[in-house]
Amino acid sequence: MSGHSTYEPKSALGKWFESRLPIMGLIHSSFVVFPNPRNLNYFWTFGGILAFMLVSQILTGVVLAMHYTAHADMAFNSVELIMRDVNYGWMLRYLHANGASMFFIAVYVHIFRGLYYGSYKAPREVLWILGVIIFLLMMATAFMGYVLPWGQMSFWGATVITNLFSAIPGVGEVIVSYLWGGYSVSNPTLNRFFSLHYLLPFMIAGVVVLHIWALHVPGSNNPTGIEKKTNKDTLPFHPYFTVKDAFALSCFLMVYVWFAFYIPNFLGHADNYIEANPAVTPSHIVPEWYFLPFYAILRAIPDKLLGVLAMFGSIAIMVFVPWLDTSKVRSGNYRPVFQIFFWLFVINAVILGWLGSKPPEGMYVIASRICTVYYFAYYILVLPLLGLFETPKSLPASIADSVLGKGGSGAAMAAGAAASPSTKG
Amino acid sequence: MATTHASASAEPTRRDFLFIATGAVGAVGLAATIWPFISQMAPDAATIAAGAPVDFDLSHVAEGQIVKLFWRGKLIFVRHRTPDEIKAAQNTDLSSLRDPEADSARVKPGKDQWLVVYGNCTHLGCVPLGNEGAFHGWQCPCHGSVFDTSGRIRQGPAPINLPVPPYAFTSDKAIRIG
Repeated sequence: MSGHSTYEPKSALGKWFESRLPIMGLIHSSFVVFPNPRNLNYFWTFGGILAFMLVSQILTGVVLAMHYTAHADMAFNSVELIMRDVNYGWMLRYLHANGASMFFIAVYVHIFRGLYYGSYKAPREVLWILGVIIFLLMMATAFMGYVLPWGQMSFWGATVITNLFSAIPGVGEVIVSYLWGGYSVSNPTLNRFFSLHYLLPFMIAGVVVLHIWALHVPGSNNPTGIEKKTNKDTLPFHPYFTVKDAFALSCFLMVYVWFAFYIPNFLGHADNYIEANPAVTPSHIVPEWYFLPFYAILRAIPDKLLGVLAMFGSIAIMVFVPWLDTSKVRSGNYRPVFQIFFWLFVINAVILGWLGSKPPEGMYVIASRICTVYYFAYYILVLPLLGLFETPKSLPASIADSVLGKGGSGAAMAAGAAASPSTKG
Repeated sequence: MATTHASASAEPTRRDFLFIATGAVGAVGLAATIWPFISQMAPDAATIAAGAPVDFDLSHVAEGQIVKLFWRGKLIFVRHRTPDEIKAAQNTDLSSLRDPEADSARVKPGKDQWLVVYGNCTHLGCVPLGNEGAFHGWQCPCHGSVFDTSGRIRQGPAPINLPVPPYAFTSDKAIRIG
């Protein structure tokens, strides 16, 4: 990296260890002196927030697993025992359940940040695709975790989602019975979901390492979308961005624990406090809120196989975004027409989420179809064509120019931080 | 070494043969190792054994009633149809159906009043509600599929009719499923 300094162990023991396993040097160059663009805004703090949420979910989850029983006859009661009998069990479970929602809030902000500022463009395509893989793993983990309490929503959610695979022509029914380990969602299904729910977060952690590795090759994108050129464009990761990330994380945690302590069931469904009953489907079944836009796309299409393909396609298409977007300009800040389509896309996604929570009839279905068309059109038509027809605004010469400006509001900050960006405070 | 390379371009050598043979054996070994990890996912012996036939007494099912029972962990509806329901099912124009099937093919001969079908929607597996929907058969609360009094799909996303499980009448008032 175009460095600020290199790591030099001070103690003899440090030197001895570093020459055998240079891990302190790796940490030092990756998270202490790593040169970040100096103009990163708070949307860039969500990577750190997501890393925290992953660790938090693993910690609460490992402890919950010590008290949970993965058996169809006992799972529901064991969750109630966690809530009533285990010391602080209620807190750990509410933190874990609401933590999943917070994880998804953060990941959606993170994804929309990448879409707006063109973070997926060369040379960050692999970084972006690794992110899509993490997102898929997160969805699989969250889905299987929601099955574990073995309530009515758990059971019927599992039934509906596993049945998606029955849409595959020919082998669909066999695949579904292999997923279930039986002829319906039953004890073997619960058992294997528990096993995988415990495994997948560690696979996510592995892909996160690759994601950060790929990030640290070109370094972070930034609100201008232009690459860092000189040391004037950057600040060391510590203390400038560790402090910024920590402040953002603290604000985020306030929202998280407010949910966990004051409205712990706001994002859940009352039906999941009824034990699973394979003979009765709740009158209105909906997935957790973070799946609703994709659920709306599934229901918008009046054909089983095409509906399932559209739903999976709506996520798979994100892999191709780096090549679908033809614009040479990365950041949406300098693309006036793109901004309109982008915010329409955000609103469209929120409306799809709302439609996913409504019954599949009448106007809701028609609206779902219109929103589904725009969702795909954004990727397939808007991104490729806009790059050809849009006239972007002129870009600043460098990151430092954009921040320090010509006597702009950046001037005050320039005096302090820009004078000696390499020294630690 | 030079001679080995020269002959390699001309015709396969003993080394080429060993390379391909080793690779082939390795591939078979890998497949044989992976297979148990796939196969263990299938329904196990106990689950299959639990699929023994189930006897069901029809004498307690009143006309117009729908009874639910389980066979192999799968929900089954037994419906005692009223004369109106039978008539509606029989007088349906088959060309109007998504999955055309005559009502007579879905019940046992002479037992028109008894309809036995799997109780999970063929769309994504929810349990449809009885006596609901435009055809007074079933309506699925999840994604809006509507079935008629013969369990045939009439509206909504489900691709096929509610399947009829294997069953036979053991007496006038009893059936055996499986």
